[in-house]
Amino acid sequence: MSRSSRLWLAVAALSLALVYWLPLWHVGLKAPQYPEGLGLYIGINRIVGEQPQDLESINGLNHYIGMKRITPADIPELRFMPWLVAGLIGLGLVAALSGRRPLLYAWVVLFAAGAGAGLADFYRWGYDYGHNLDPQAIIKIPGMSYQPPLLGSKQLLNFHATSWPAAGGWILIAALGIGVVLSARELRKTRSILATAPSLLAA
Amino acid sequence: MSRFPIGPHSIGRICLFAALLIASGCAKSAAPVGGTGDAASKVYVAPGQYDEFYMFASGGYSGQVSVYGLPSGRLLRVIPVFSQDPEKAYGYSEQSKPMFNTSYGFVPWDDAHHPSLSKTDGMNDGRWLFINGNNTPRVARIDLAEMNTKEIIEIPNAAGNHASPFVTQGTEYVVTATRFSVPTPQKDVPISTYKENFSGQIGFVAVDPTTGKMSLAFQIHMPGYDYDLARPGKGPSHGWAFFTTYNSEQANTLLERNASQNDKDFIAAVNWKQAEQCVAQGKAKTWPTRYAHNWVDEADVAHSEMLTGEKVLEPADCPGIVYFLPTPKSPHGVDVDPTGEYIVGGGKLATVIPVHSFSKMQKAIAEKAFEKEIGGIPVLKYEAVNYCEVANPGLGPLHDEFDDKGNVYTSVFISSEIVKWNLKDCKVVDRIPVYYSIGHLLVPGGDTRKPDGKYVIALNKITKDRYLPTGPELAQSAQLIDITGDKMKLLLDFPTIGEPHYAQAILASAIKDKQIRTFALAGNKDPFVTRTEKDARVERKGNVVHIYMTAIRSHFVPDNIEGIQVGDSVYWHVTNLEQDWDVPHGFAVTGANTSELLVMPGQTRTIAWVPDRAGVYPFYCTDFCSALHQEMQGYIRISPKGAGVQISYNTPK
Repeated sequence: MSRSSRLWLAVAALSLALVYWLPLWHVGLKAPQYPEGLGLYIGINRIVGEQPQDLESINGLNHYIGMKRITPADIPELRFMPWLVAGLIGLGLVAALSGRRPLLYAWVVLFAAGAGAGLADFYRWGYDYGHNLDPQAIIKIPGMSYQPPLLGSKQLLNFHATSWPAAGGWILIAALGIGVVLSARELRKTRSILATAPSLLAA
Repeated sequence: MSRFPIGPHSIGRICLFAALLIASGCAKSAAPVGGTGDAASKVYVAPGQYDEFYMFASGGYSGQVSVYGLPSGRLLRVIPVFSQDPEKAYGYSEQSKPMFNTSYGFVPWDDAHHPSLSKTDGMNDGRWLFINGNNTPRVARIDLAEMNTKEIIEIPNAAGNHASPFVTQGTEYVVTATRFSVPTPQKDVPISTYKENFSGQIGFVAVDPTTGKMSLAFQIHMPGYDYDLARPGKGPSHGWAFFTTYNSEQANTLLERNASQNDKDFIAAVNWKQAEQCVAQGKAKTWPTRYAHNWVDEADVAHSEMLTGEKVLEPADCPGIVYFLPTPKSPHGVDVDPTGEYIVGGGKLATVIPVHSFSKMQKAIAEKAFEKEIGGIPVLKYEAVNYCEVANPGLGPLHDEFDDKGNVYTSVFISSEIVKWNLKDCKVVDRIPVYYSIGHLLVPGGDTRKPDGKYVIALNKITKDRYLPTGPELAQSAQLIDITGDKMKLLLDFPTIGEPHYAQAILASAIKDKQIRTFALAGNKDPFVTRTEKDARVERKGNVVHIYMTAIRSHFVPDNIEGIQVGDSVYWHVTNLEQDWDVPHGFAVTGANTSELLVMPGQTRTIAWVPDRAGVYPFYCTDFCSALHQEMQGYIRISPKGAGVQISYNTPK
């Protein structure tokens, strides 16, 4: 790998460390009687309210429609995600230090697979919360389910719900993006070397 | 010694005065509706927008403090202070009842007159609002981040606490004075012995700069006059406070006539800095007295203690702490201008507005320009202290407030107007009629070193036809007047609760972002708090039952309680578990001889109930809290005494 690629890779891997502090995802709820809105920040190892009391407020509102309480302690992903990211940081740094291209490609593939799995898992979680409602829910609207949007916005009863990456999420996306660009660069270099190889052999 | 020549001009004025007094009762006002074309846009606060100022008005005989937005005149809150308020359980909940304790026992009401914002360096600092209780002499302190009363202290040796609680430049003290002279200490004497036995006091209540906690510092024993109003000095006159007195005639009956005989009464200039020193040197005597001090602690629970003793200074023992400035005639208000140099008297029955000069007063003291002495108090010569007399001020000038341009606004009661004049030449430059019969007035920041100006608000005493009539009792009327131009312009009339004697206004930006929204449940230190639904329980201790209950949308825990007996003393301790803005819960149960409870998020409130009959009784949330508010209810079962039913209750699984 070229020197600049290795440097960029190292930067991308190290930037993932920020994800331990910055939240990955933001889910927002807006309604007229909540002029400042309610929100949740999903971090690598925690789920907290945008305002400290928002998680409790959202749970309180959800109990009317029969949604389960969001209890961070019951969500196993919050326990193993930190390890997965640690692994990514480690592999990325090793790849950058060693300069070996296969490690870079492996990093990108694992990263992308992890991101994809993460999104799929988030969708599954949202589906479960939004569809598996208490049959004795106070407010029952036939056919209605409350799955939050995976990405984007959606009206749920009187709330306008939004779901977007937060700062940490954008860092993940940027880091993966850097990895993809670096891989493309390295691949092109490899192809051009291979392309000129027969002439070398012939020479 | 009078400076008023009783000439034909004055006689004419006195006749006009008398005629107006008679006529004011009968004549229907032929005055125009008032207001100008663009007034509406100046007072319209669009939906979703905020007012520019908070105005805190005294409730007078309602005993409370009301909060209005300016310029809209909208009522935002009624802060309960001296009167019980069943809407908020103030004076009914166990946590708040001690606030009403006095040396006369539980007094559920008072007459609140003069709100006074705390000041730092002569400017409003938005920490506290002080207000006086007239009837049972007291001073209360309101916390402006919560807009609730936090402390009340009783003033001993006083009868009527009217010249109060005006705040010194750095909130070192809040002043008090006895409006009525009485035998001090009280004793059984014939009333006609007023001149021999009755005397007054002027007092200083110290305010702790960090906590705001009030304590009696000292009083000064004064001659038997009526002490009416006060203003502390500022800038060069900081360290002094000025009090109007009337009834220097020392009449005890029909004061209307008998206290209006003397040509001049006095403004008492009190050098409290020097009085402080005399007290520190041990020159004050401790008088035996008993007074209540009530405060709300960090657990939001009120306490009451009875204290004794008060340090009293005799002017003769500490020369230089009081001087009398002769002031025409039965003066009512006294106000100090933003520079601290000019002391304006509201000569209620005078035909001029007298203005004294602080620097002239200092000079007169140094040169001993005394007219005479009364009880060890030098009376300064009028000419030596007077700066000017504003002529043609209308009939019955009362109070003065100042704007940011050197103008003075005087309220004039009998001729029902506000008169504007300037301290440079003491000439009236504008006048505007008010509807009707104005008492106090206020300019936002008008008693500070740098008034905000913009408006003068008239606080009128007589309403008559200003609004839709509502039976014989009408709300008092306040009027918002624009003072930004050369001529005053009436913008808005708005009705007020109780009787606002005085009001103070502060820029909304100074305090609006400091307003508390909820109480943190984690920080709740009430001894009977219930922090989670799992902790909810009912405990019996002999005949006393404590119910530890939680409230959250939309249920109480527990909501089925059994095992209570007729005659038990039941305490309902309700904790609101919400941590969201503006979600209070109420609580009421059948047959309680108290009000409901109104519990703020994170707060615990308690009422006491003695069930007097067996059966099953409901309780419910009284404050509409949620879509399922109607379902927020419970039942309590009362069994006959000795029935042997055990305490039981339900909690969540």
